[in-house]
Parts: sequence; C-alpha cells; structure tokens
Amino acid sequence: MSTIIDARGLSCPQPVLMTLDKIKKMENGQIEIMVDTDTSRENVSRAAASQDWQVKDVREQDEGYRITIAKE
Amino acid sequence: MGQVKNLFGTRFGIIAVGAFIGVLAALLQKLGNPGNMGICVACFERDIAGAIGLHRAGVVQYMRPEIIGFVLGSLTAAYMFNEFRSRSGSAPIVRFVLGAFAMIGALVFLGCPWRALLRLAAGDGNAVFGLFGLIGGIWIGTSFLKGGYNLGRTHATYTSVGWLLPLTMLGFLVLMVLFPQVQGEPRSGILFYSVKGPGSAHAPLIISLIVGLVIGFLAQRSRFCTMGAFRDLILFRQVHLLFGVIALVVFAFITNLILGQFHPGFAGQPVAHTMTVWNFGGMVVAGLAFVLAGGCPGRQLFLAGEGDGDAAVFVLGMIVGAAFSHNFGLASSPKGVGPHGIAAVIVGLSVCLFIGFTMRKKTA
Repeated sequence: MSTIIDARGLSCPQPVLMTLDKIKKMENGQIEIMVDTDTSRENVSRAAASQDWQVKDVREQDEGYRITIAKE
Repeated sequence: MGQVKNLFGTRFGIIAVGAFIGVLAALLQKLGNPGNMGICVACFERDIAGAIGLHRAGVVQYMRPEIIGFVLGSLTAAYMFNEFRSRSGSAPIVRFVLGAFAMIGALVFLGCPWRALLRLAAGDGNAVFGLFGLIGGIWIGTSFLKGGYNLGRTHATYTSVGWLLPLTMLGFLVLMVLFPQVQGEPRSGILFYSVKGPGSAHAPLIISLIVGLVIGFLAQRSRFCTMGAFRDLILFRQVHLLFGVIALVVFAFITNLILGQFHPGFAGQPVAHTMTVWNFGGMVVAGLAFVLAGGCPGRQLFLAGEGDGDAAVFVLGMIVGAAFSHNFGLASSPKGVGPHGIAAVIVGLSVCLFIGFTMRKKTA
C-alpha cells in the first residue's frame, strides 16, 4: 500500500516539505506524490534521492505528475 | 515530455546558467547599463514604473527591455518544452502586497538579490550587509514555512489568464517601438525617459532584449532562483540552486576583472549608499517577502512567463511598490536612505510578519 500526498496546486517548497515530512515519519515503504508542475516534479525527485529514497516511477496524470518513491 | 531529462535541471545546468547570467550582466554594464547594475530586476521594474509615469523620479525612468525579455523568453521555453500551465488563485492579494513590500525593501538597499550579488562581484562591500539581510529575511521566512505557512493551492485556469502578463510585456515593447527615446528629451509620446542618472544609462535596446530573452529561456529551464538557493540550504541542506548563485558571483567577478569593472571599497560605489543597518534591514524585508511569495523577483518573472498568474500579480505588486517607494520618499539614493525609508522598513517587516503568522493551514 502506498501513502499518497496530494501536492497539486502548491508552490515550492510545499511539495518538498510534505514529502520530507512523510519520509521522516515512515522510514521505509512507498509514497506517491501528486504534483502539477515540472519544477515540483524535479524538486520532489531530488529531495527523495537526497534521503536515499528511490524514484520508482514518474507518470503523467491529470495535467500533472504522479511520482512514486520507495525505500526498502 | 516531462520525463525527458532536463539538462538545465542538473548540477551542470544550474552552474552554467548562473555563470552565463554573471558574464552577461557584467557585459551589459560595459555596453551601457548603470554601474554594478548590469541586471537588477527590482531596479529595472522600478525604471519601468517610471517610464509609464507611475512615479516621476526623473533619474529612474526607462522601459527596460531585459524585463520584457525575461518574461517572453520564459514563455517561449515553457511552450517549447510543454511546461506552460496557466494557473492562479493562491491568495493573489497577498502576493500583490508582498510584491510591493519586497520592492520597497529592495529599494532601501538599492537592488534585488541579483544586483546584491553583482555589487559584491564588482567589489561593493556594502552588498555584504544586503546579502546578510537577505539571508536573515529568508531564515525568518523558513521558520514560517516550518510552522505551516501556506497561501493555499492554485487552480488550473484558462490559458489566456497565463498570457496576460506576457501580453502586457509585449505591449510595453510595442510602446517602446512606437515612442522611441529622443536624445536629450525626457518624454517621447506617452513614455518617460531619463536624461540623466541610472535611468539614462542603458545598453542598446536590441541587445538588452536579446539578452533578456536568452536569460528568460535558460532560467525557466534551470529554475534559477536566488532566494530558493538560500531557502533550500536553510530548510533542507540542499545546495542545488546555491551552485547557480555561486557561479553567478564568480563569473561576474572574473568578467569584471577582465573589463576593469572591479573596484573594491565601501564609499562612492555606483548607485549605492553606506548606511549598513538599512542595507541590512531593507533586504530582511525583501528576503522575507520573497520566501512568503515563493520566489525572488527574477524567478517570479520566469514563473509568470510559464503561466503562473499569482507570480504575475507579485510582479505587478513590485511595479506598484516602486511607484510608492519614489512617490513617498521611501527609496534610498547614493546619499543614504530616503526621508521615510526607515519607517517603510518597519512597516514592511510588520506586514510580512502579520502575513507569516496569520496565514497557516493544513494542506494534507
């Protein structure tokens, strides 16, 4: 089961803050983050990688992106 | 399209863009732009406010093509890479007020973050205090972010909404062509031009426009943001954007050395004053306003170019703020702060703190 974060419509750095908050709480597992700009897609992916979470998948969805990150 | 690797989103990309801006800014100064002001988003928007008569400070009136280029260059990049997304509705009035006070603070220091970096790269020691103030303001802003500060979500809207600021800029360019500068004349048709002072110093129109377009294009791709550089460092210990800022300073410094534009010192620096406390204080207000609005003045122009209607409102707030600055004697001059500049810093800080403390909500 993935945890889902809806960061659509939120500007920087909110999507990253929300992702890092969740990462801190979960330690491992899978998170799906919904964003609506390319900047947010890049920033969330970069932030996840910096915490040693792997960006598993980025797919276009509803005028935005759904980013799946995971850590074993 | 979004999954295509964005070259300029890499470490190399952000460094290349910062370096490019540094070199071009120093060159623009050589080609006629004011001292240590090859590019200054705040000063140039203030000059635009003067050109259309929103304020009548005779020495700072010129329709700066760089600003027009920034928005239209970003628009071009956003369309080329399928990133244009028309959006708005995240507390526009707050963004307008933040834009106005960001400008008022920046004009107490005499420059936006870009110019603070360029002043540093040209040897102006006063810039150090401006940069400390900027970082201080950003630090305050990050504590609001940690406490849940949030202006709410934007919403997708009609494509034409995102076009309004680019079209306004296009309109400004048309006005410039219809009413070109007449040597020695303070007015051409409906536009005002400076005959002396910083507003009279400018590179040739076509060069300024092309440089603006290229920087707008590259900055949209790389997400270059001076405020974001320090914010991400403080908030996440991330240095990605900071590399762009460092590259800007280093390459502007090298170019200044080559062009003979490096003059270290504090007194007598071009378009600058030596009142340390207010160089610091003005930029605290500006830095805080940038964080609360989510971008430095340059970034707001690039965001507006890719369809962000709220960033466009921030830009309009800055232009109106510049008018207040000069009409009310808030802006500094080389002699020091304006007659009401200190009051403006206090009011500006109070307004930003009010916004920071009262606008929090859970978004999850």
